[in-house]
Amino acid sequence: MLIPHPLLGPRDAQEFTYLGDAALLNRPDPASGEADFCDYVYLRDNPAGTHRELWYHEYGDRSWLLVTRDTLTHEILDVRMARDVKTGGAA
Amino acid sequence: MRFSGFKVVKEALTGHRGWTPLWRDPAPQAHYDIVIVGGGGHGLATAYHLAAIFGQARIAVLEKGWLGGGNIGRNTTIIRSNYLLPGNEPFYEFSMKLWESMEQDLNFNAMVSQRGILNLCHTDAQRDAFRRRGNAMLLAGADAELLDRDGVRAMAPFLNFDNARFPIKGGLLQRRAGTARHDGVAWGYARAADQRGVDIIQNCEVTGFRIENGAVKGVETSRGFIGAGKVGVAVAGSSGRVMQMAGMRLPIESHVLQAFVSEGLKPVIPGVITFGAGHFYVSQSDKGGLVFGGDIDGYNSYAQRGNLPVVEDVAEGGMALMPMIGRARLLRMWGGVMDMSMDGSPIIDRTHINGLFFNGGWCYGGFKATPASGYCFAHLLATGRPHETAAAYRLDRFARGHVIDEKGVGAQPNLH
Repeated sequence: MLIPHPLLGPRDAQEFTYLGDAALLNRPDPASGEADFCDYVYLRDNPAGTHRELWYHEYGDRSWLLVTRDTLTHEILDVRMARDVKTGGAA
Repeated sequence: MRFSGFKVVKEALTGHRGWTPLWRDPAPQAHYDIVIVGGGGHGLATAYHLAAIFGQARIAVLEKGWLGGGNIGRNTTIIRSNYLLPGNEPFYEFSMKLWESMEQDLNFNAMVSQRGILNLCHTDAQRDAFRRRGNAMLLAGADAELLDRDGVRAMAPFLNFDNARFPIKGGLLQRRAGTARHDGVAWGYARAADQRGVDIIQNCEVTGFRIENGAVKGVETSRGFIGAGKVGVAVAGSSGRVMQMAGMRLPIESHVLQAFVSEGLKPVIPGVITFGAGHFYVSQSDKGGLVFGGDIDGYNSYAQRGNLPVVEDVAEGGMALMPMIGRARLLRMWGGVMDMSMDGSPIIDRTHINGLFFNGGWCYGGFKATPASGYCFAHLLATGRPHETAAAYRLDRFARGHVIDEKGVGAQPNLH
């Protein structure tokens, strides 16, 4: 699997560490209570199809990427720098 | 039809004309007391135990494809009960005991072979951890033996004992563990359930749940609506997809796990052997193929195929452990979709919807759990109470902080 890095071009997926669903960018407000944090930490949409997810370029430039990938085909549809994506927004 | 040595001889002498199909192919009825979604090992075992142990009737198992075509036919067939934590070990030992009696109970040869599992250790710390694990196993009524280096050498002299980085220091042996014929397990449970009146309906995909006033009334399927008093979902691998139709999000991610079989070889591997310094496990099938596997690929996937980096990693593990494996040729490899849960342990529980029950999150340990998973899920469906060995497998254990995390890596499914 090759991940098209926005800055470095296509990179081998082995250079990356996988974290999971990009919803992890949307950390709840600290005051919002245990239930919200429990959902945030433990529950996932886990879709069969388009999935927005976080990959860390550990053996590369150490940037976090927000990858949109199809979990049925492994096709990568979109890659952008996670730092460019507004947290909590619709991006 | 009952299987016996006499029957085999009789059929051999009369042209094999007396064999009959192992189960019926019924059309779905309008309503069942209990509908099990998922005709894999766990679903079929649940239906069998509901009918045979808990005296339930009017049961259907709905399978979207063909019977036993999912993970029950895609695993590496290992059965064992060598867990550490109190929430897990009694359950898996219960499963081990059910394995020991299942062939007689089902009148079906599932080729259960208690050839043993040997977990190798490569450091003093790992040996201490194995000693503790072995004691936990003994406390739960399982068997465990700590082998020293010579003990391991006597069993498996071909291992790479003096690997400079990972010398073999010993191992934890469970003699009652072993392997079983995975398809045979599905077929055996299906046949035994069918004989007790369970309708096994194949090519019947559940497309939705009918839920009224917070209670489940039945399932919408590709073959029409089927009413149900209770619905039990046992679709590990597709849990996210199915439970989403009931509006539920789960503490589960779906990941792909690959497995491998070599060409047929003469007997060489005495039981199941696992490498303690990398993720690699190997056994040998009765046909002679080396059956082995390693880690999951590590990213969300519903594709039943993986990628080459894990193939390379597994091959490296094999070469580090037993260099002779380099001479074996790979016959085939495949991938299956795992419910990877947030603590690496499964879930057998009711849901917030009345009458809807969930069984899943088996990570890559579902096969060995098949009998106990079926028994405990049937117990829950029939009595409304969790079985004593599965009492910890609750959906709300994450919110309560009672996770069962054997590896201690936290809410990161691809590390379990």
